Amino acid sequence: MTDRIEQRINSLNKRLNSEKRFRIYCIGAMSFALAWVLILFLNIFSSGYSAFYRTVIQVDVPFLNLIEDTTQFSEMSSEDINNLSMYSFSKKAIYGLFPDIEEKKDKKMLIRLFSIEFEQEIREFLKSNKSNINETETIYLTASDDVDQVNKGNYPRDLDEDKRRIKDIQLLFFDDLVDRGLVSYEFNLPFLMRGDSREPELAGVGGSIVGSLFTILVVLILSFPIGIFAAIYLEEFAPKNRVTDFIEININNLAAVPSIVFGLLGLGIILNTFGLPRSTPLVGGIVLSLMTLPTIIIATRASLRAVPPSIREGALAVGATKMQAVMHHVVPVAMPGALTGTIIGLAQALGETAPLLLIGMVAFVVDVPQTPLDASASLPVQVYLWSESAERGYVEKTSATIMMLLGFLILMNLAAVLIRRKFETKW
Amino acid sequence: MGFILISLIILIGITSYFLGNLRAKNLRTSNQKNLKSLSHYYGYYVALWAVVPALLILLMITSFKSFFIEQYVLSDFIALGSYTETELSLLFTQIENTAMGIKLFDENTILIDGAVNKLNYINKTSENLTYVTVLGLSGLLVLYSLFNINNKLNSRKIVEKFLLVLYFTCSLVAIMTTVGIIFSLLYETLRFFSQVPITDFLFGLNWSPQRVFVREAGDLDTRDLANAFGAVPLFAGTFLIALIAMCVSVPVGLLTAIYMSEYASPKVRDWAKPIIEILAGIPTVVYGFFAALTVAPLVRDIGQGAGLTVSSESALAAGFVMGIMIIPFISSLSDDVIKSVPQSLREGSYAMGATKRETIVKVLLPAALPGIVGSFLLAVSRAIGETMIVVMAAGLNAKLTANPLDAATTITTQIVVILIGDQEFDSPKTQSAFALGLTLFVVTLALNFIALQVVKKYTERYD
Repeated sequence: MTDRIEQRINSLNKRLNSEKRFRIYCIGAMSFALAWVLILFLNIFSSGYSAFYRTVIQVDVPFLNLIEDTTQFSEMSSEDINNLSMYSFSKKAIYGLFPDIEEKKDKKMLIRLFSIEFEQEIREFLKSNKSNINETETIYLTASDDVDQVNKGNYPRDLDEDKRRIKDIQLLFFDDLVDRGLVSYEFNLPFLMRGDSREPELAGVGGSIVGSLFTILVVLILSFPIGIFAAIYLEEFAPKNRVTDFIEININNLAAVPSIVFGLLGLGIILNTFGLPRSTPLVGGIVLSLMTLPTIIIATRASLRAVPPSIREGALAVGATKMQAVMHHVVPVAMPGALTGTIIGLAQALGETAPLLLIGMVAFVVDVPQTPLDASASLPVQVYLWSESAERGYVEKTSATIMMLLGFLILMNLAAVLIRRKFETKW
Repeated sequence: MGFILISLIILIGITSYFLGNLRAKNLRTSNQKNLKSLSHYYGYYVALWAVVPALLILLMITSFKSFFIEQYVLSDFIALGSYTETELSLLFTQIENTAMGIKLFDENTILIDGAVNKLNYINKTSENLTYVTVLGLSGLLVLYSLFNINNKLNSRKIVEKFLLVLYFTCSLVAIMTTVGIIFSLLYETLRFFSQVPITDFLFGLNWSPQRVFVREAGDLDTRDLANAFGAVPLFAGTFLIALIAMCVSVPVGLLTAIYMSEYASPKVRDWAKPIIEILAGIPTVVYGFFAALTVAPLVRDIGQGAGLTVSSESALAAGFVMGIMIIPFISSLSDDVIKSVPQSLREGSYAMGATKRETIVKVLLPAALPGIVGSFLLAVSRAIGETMIVVMAAGLNAKLTANPLDAATTITTQIVVILIGDQEFDSPKTQSAFALGLTLFVVTLALNFIALQVVKKYTERYD
C-alpha cells in the first residue's frame, strides 16, 4: 500500500519537476532573445557614440608670413585664394607648435598628427573670414584619425612601437599639446555634413543621408499612390474572377521574394533594358518601391476591410455612387491604417541593402548628391562600405552610421504607432 | 527639363479644373437646365484631358528619344557600314563626352565634329519640340473638352470610369513585377545554359567563376566552363548556414512563443513581445556588421581556446547571427497559432489532471503543428534568401564543406560577389548570377507555397 502511495508521489514529483524545468527553459529562451536585443544595441552604441566627437588641435597661423598686409585678403576673390600657394606656409604654421624641432623626420611626424587636408582647412578659414584676418589667427585643425583614436582611448598606447600606427615621438608631441591645452574635443558636425572620404577623420554620412532621403522620397512618390489604388481596387471593386485571384497570388508571392531578387530585376530590366542611370537614388527608389508595394497593399487592404459595411451602405443609401461611397467615406476612415502600413514599408526600404548593391549604389561618392539623378550611396550601403575598411576610425564611424539608421527607423516606427493611436477609430 | 515640363502640365491641369467647373456652372445658369453631373466633375473631366494624354506622350517621347538621337547623330558612321553595333554605341558615348567638352579624339575630326554639331543641334531641337508637342497637345485637348461640355455629357461616369481603370492598372503592377522578375532571370539564365549545360551547373562540385575571366572570352573551352560553374558547394553552404540558423531560432523561437502564449502575464507580454519584434525590424546590414566584427572573432577565440581551427569567416558565426534575426519570425507566428487553439482543449486537458507542460506538449502543440511547421518553412525561406549577413560574415570562396567552423559561401553571397561593381554583360560569369537568382527565386517560392499548403490542408477546424 505504502509502496503504491510512494510511487504515486514519486511520479507526481517527477511531473511537477519536469513542469518546473520546462518553464525555466521557456523563460531561458525568452531571456536569450531579449538579451541579444540588448547586446546588439549596447555593442553598437558603445563603439559608435565617440564618432559624434572629434579631436581638433589649436594652431596659431601667422598670416603675416603669407602677405604683407592682411587687409589685402578682403579684396581677393575666392578664386584668388584658391590660387594662393599655401602648402609650405601651412606646414610652417604647424612647425610653429614645436619651434625647437630641427630634424626632417620629426617634422614629418608632426605634420602627420593632422589630417591631410590641413592646407585646405586653413584656406577655407581664410575664405570665410577674409574681411577681418588678423596678423595671427588661431585655427582649430582636424587631427588625424590615429590621434583621434588615441585621444578617445580607442587605440592601445602600450603596444610595441612597430606594431602601432602612431609612433612614440608623435605620442610625445601629442601629450605635450594636451598639457599645453591645445587639444580639444568638439561635436563632430562635419561627420553629419560631409560625403565619403578615403581618410576616416574626414569621412562623413551627409552624402548617404541625402542619398537615403532621395531614395525614400522616390519610394514614397511611387509606392504610396500605386499601393493605395491597388488596394482600393482589390478590396472594393475587383470582381471575383481569375484575374483578381491571380493578382492576389502575385502580391502574396512578391511579399516573400528575397530582396536580392529585386536587385536582379533592377539590374536586368531597369538598368539594362530601360537604360536608367546606374548608382542613382532614382533607380534605387524604383527597385525598393516594387519591393515595398506588397507591404503597403496588404496593410491598406486590411484597414479597408476593417471599415464597417454600415459606412458604405449609409453612403449608398443617400444616393452616392459606389465610387463616391468609397472615395468620400471608406478611404478617409481607412487612411490611418494605410499610412501606418506605408511608413512601415518605407522603414523596410530604408534599411534595405542587398538590391542597392546590385544596381551600383555602392559607388565611392565624395560629393553630397544634389538630385535623385546623382550617383550616391545610402545609409545601409555606407555601413557595408565602411565595414569593409580595416582602419579603426571606420569601425567607429560604421557604428555611428548604424546609430543614425536605427534612429531614423525608430522615429518612423514611432510615427506609425502614434498615427495609429491618434486616428484609428474603434467600431 | 522634365521637372519644369511636368510642373507646367500640372499647372495647366489645375487651371483647366477651374475652367471646366466654371463653364459647367455657367452652362447651368444660362440654360436653366440641370447638368447630368455635379459641376466639379466637369472640372475633373477637363483636367484629365489636359494632363493624362500629355503625360503619356511625354513618357513616350522620353523613352524613344535617345534611340532616335543616336541614329541621327551616328547616321554618317552607319552609312560607312564598317562599324559594329557595340563600336557604334561606344562611339556615341565618346561623342557625347566630346559635346560636353571632354577631349577624346585626335583624328577623324570632320566626321566627329559633324556628329558633335548634330548632337548639340538635335538636343536643343528635340527639347523645344517636346515642349511644343506636349504643351500644345494639352492645350488643344483642354479646348476640345471645354467645348464638349453640354447638358447631355455625363462627366461623372467618365471620371469614375477613368479612376476605375487607373486603380486596376495599379493593381497590375504586382503582376508586371512578377513577370519582370521571371523574364529578366529567365532570359539571362537561358543564355547561361546555352553555354554551360544545366546538369553541370546543378551537379558540378567546383565553383570558381573568376577562372573564366583569366582567359580570353573567345577561346573558352567548354570543359573549362563546366568546371567553373558547379553550384553544389553554394547549395551546400546555403543549406549549412540555414541549418545553423534554424538550430538557433527554432528552439528559442518556439519556447518563446510558448512562454508568451501560455505562461506570461499580460504585462510581461505587452513588454516582451514588441522588444523581441525589434529583432525583425533591424536592418540586416546591422546584423552583418555585428556578425563580422563581434561574433566571428568571438567564435574564433572560443574555438582556438578549445584547440580547434576556426576560420575567421566561419559558417557558425553567420548562421548564429542569422538565427537570432529569424527568432521573431518563428515566435510571432507560432505564438498566434498556439493562442488560436480553442480554450476548451486546454480546459479539457487540465480537467484530466495534466500539468501545464503536459497540456502544451501533448495537446496544444499537436493541435497547432501545421501552423508551427508553416512558420518554420517561412523562416527557412528567409534564411536562404538572406543576403547581407552572409556577404559580410560568411566566406567568399566556394568550398564544399560540412564543418560549421570552416568558411562556407552561399547563393546570395555569390550573386553579390559577381554583380557588385562593374559587370561585363554577355559573359557567362555575369549570367551565372542570374541563374543563381532563378534558383533562389524558385526555391523560396516553393517553400512558401508548401508552407501555405501545409497550413491550409492540415489545420484542424474547431467550431
